[in-house]
Amino acid sequence: MAEKVADSEVSEGLPKYPSPRAARCPFAPPPELLELRDTGKSVVRVETWDGTTPWLATTHAAERELLSDPRLSANIGAPGYPHTTEAMKEHSAHMQPSINNTDGAEHSRWRRMLTSSFTRPRMQKLRPAIQEITDDLIDKMLAGPNPVDLNEALSLPLPSLMICELLGVPYEDHAFFQEHAGATNARFKTAEQGAETTRVLREYIAGLIEAKIDQPGEDVLSDLGERVKAGDLLMEEAAPLGHILLVAGHDTSANMITLGTALLLENPAQLALLRENSGDPKAVANAVEELLRYLTIPHLLARRAVVADIEIDGETIRAGEGVIASLPAGNWDPAAFPEPEKVDLTRKASHHLAFGWGPHQCVGQQLARVELQVVFGTLFRRIPTLRLATDLAELRFKEDSQAYGIYELPVAW
Amino acid sequence: MKVVIEEDKCCAAGQCVAAAPDVFDQRDDDGIVVLLTVHPPDDLAEGVRDAVAMCPAVAIRVEQ
Ligand code: SF4
Repeated sequence: MAEKVADSEVSEGLPKYPSPRAARCPFAPPPELLELRDTGKSVVRVETWDGTTPWLATTHAAERELLSDPRLSANIGAPGYPHTTEAMKEHSAHMQPSINNTDGAEHSRWRRMLTSSFTRPRMQKLRPAIQEITDDLIDKMLAGPNPVDLNEALSLPLPSLMICELLGVPYEDHAFFQEHAGATNARFKTAEQGAETTRVLREYIAGLIEAKIDQPGEDVLSDLGERVKAGDLLMEEAAPLGHILLVAGHDTSANMITLGTALLLENPAQLALLRENSGDPKAVANAVEELLRYLTIPHLLARRAVVADIEIDGETIRAGEGVIASLPAGNWDPAAFPEPEKVDLTRKASHHLAFGWGPHQCVGQQLARVELQVVFGTLFRRIPTLRLATDLAELRFKEDSQAYGIYELPVAW
Repeated sequence: MKVVIEEDKCCAAGQCVAAAPDVFDQRDDDGIVVLLTVHPPDDLAEGVRDAVAMCPAVAIRVEQ
């Protein structure tokens, strides 16, 4: 490894990362983050929660370049990896290799165990099922109390039902795993809480896979069970894969539904445009890409450790240093998205970074897309009078979670 | 226009299929990109360029 500058020598006066969002503008990335992007340097050093000083990439071009560079590693145990939380840092030492923390050929091997279950053609075939679930949930919402918390009525149950269906996890257990999934993403959890939540969920998934080895169904956990039975995969490897999918599969989409709804209710002209075009699948799909860009749910990602020196924009990033590619900053880069602060549902935004970039880009993104297209195409058509039942200022935004969102969104109609 | 794909780079994100469904498909058993036509006609060129821009794994290239 190349010589490393001691963190204490460079941390003096460095900008702190992450910085808070502006209270009056909770949908926009933190103002200080955008200022860093506007300095004209695409990578800058920042100081993070534990005093380490990784590089922060803030432009769309630099982030794409870095995230597809094989000299950057997703291995959270690699020297220099910029951890998001204390819990993750502790956890990194005894992390099993899996899809999210391996690189190159090893990562491909993991990834290809899952990709067949999430191809775009397959996800398109789920559209009628997703439509049915959405309509059901909206029926229930209309028949129930008014106002209601949109998270509970729609945002969480929809992706949760879908990922359960795909994985073969009984939805009856949703209270249990939603609680643990929320805890997985919490930023300020202790190491013990993090480890405990992981242990409990993995045991749960391992139990399900075990059962499916005897009685396979048509679902992802059964496929994993088959691999375990054939000796291609260890149970200790299969359970974390299922765990990752279960957590990633519902929390992120749920946040996107809630936050997207709030954003649209605050932007009546764009909402009217969406409602008028809700019969046009292309227009709705385009709108969803713009909402993904604008809101960038995984707001504290993407993180990598540098394994060999890289030159970028006149800077040398050395092996053993960390890189955070700020996905919201890249998604608000005017060079890639003119007037990024404008929500424009007709904008061409599909090159956004909301699902990450590079070989680690979200495996479940085509599922998320269909879910979001169905929800945003249906909700405002079916409930044209939908409105916030509280002031925007009253809402609790998830600054403290790795997945940005709103804890409760009271809506009325 | 000639389209070249690198299968081992492909991470099966499906973005190419979204951008140009007449040019790209995904293999059923592992989601890896399948090139339906090496020389797409001019009216599909824009979709192919979008696919190149959207492929997160930089697995698609256009020659000429
Ligand atoms: S967009 Fe790229 S990574 Fe995704 S399926 Fe197509 S070729 Fe593969």
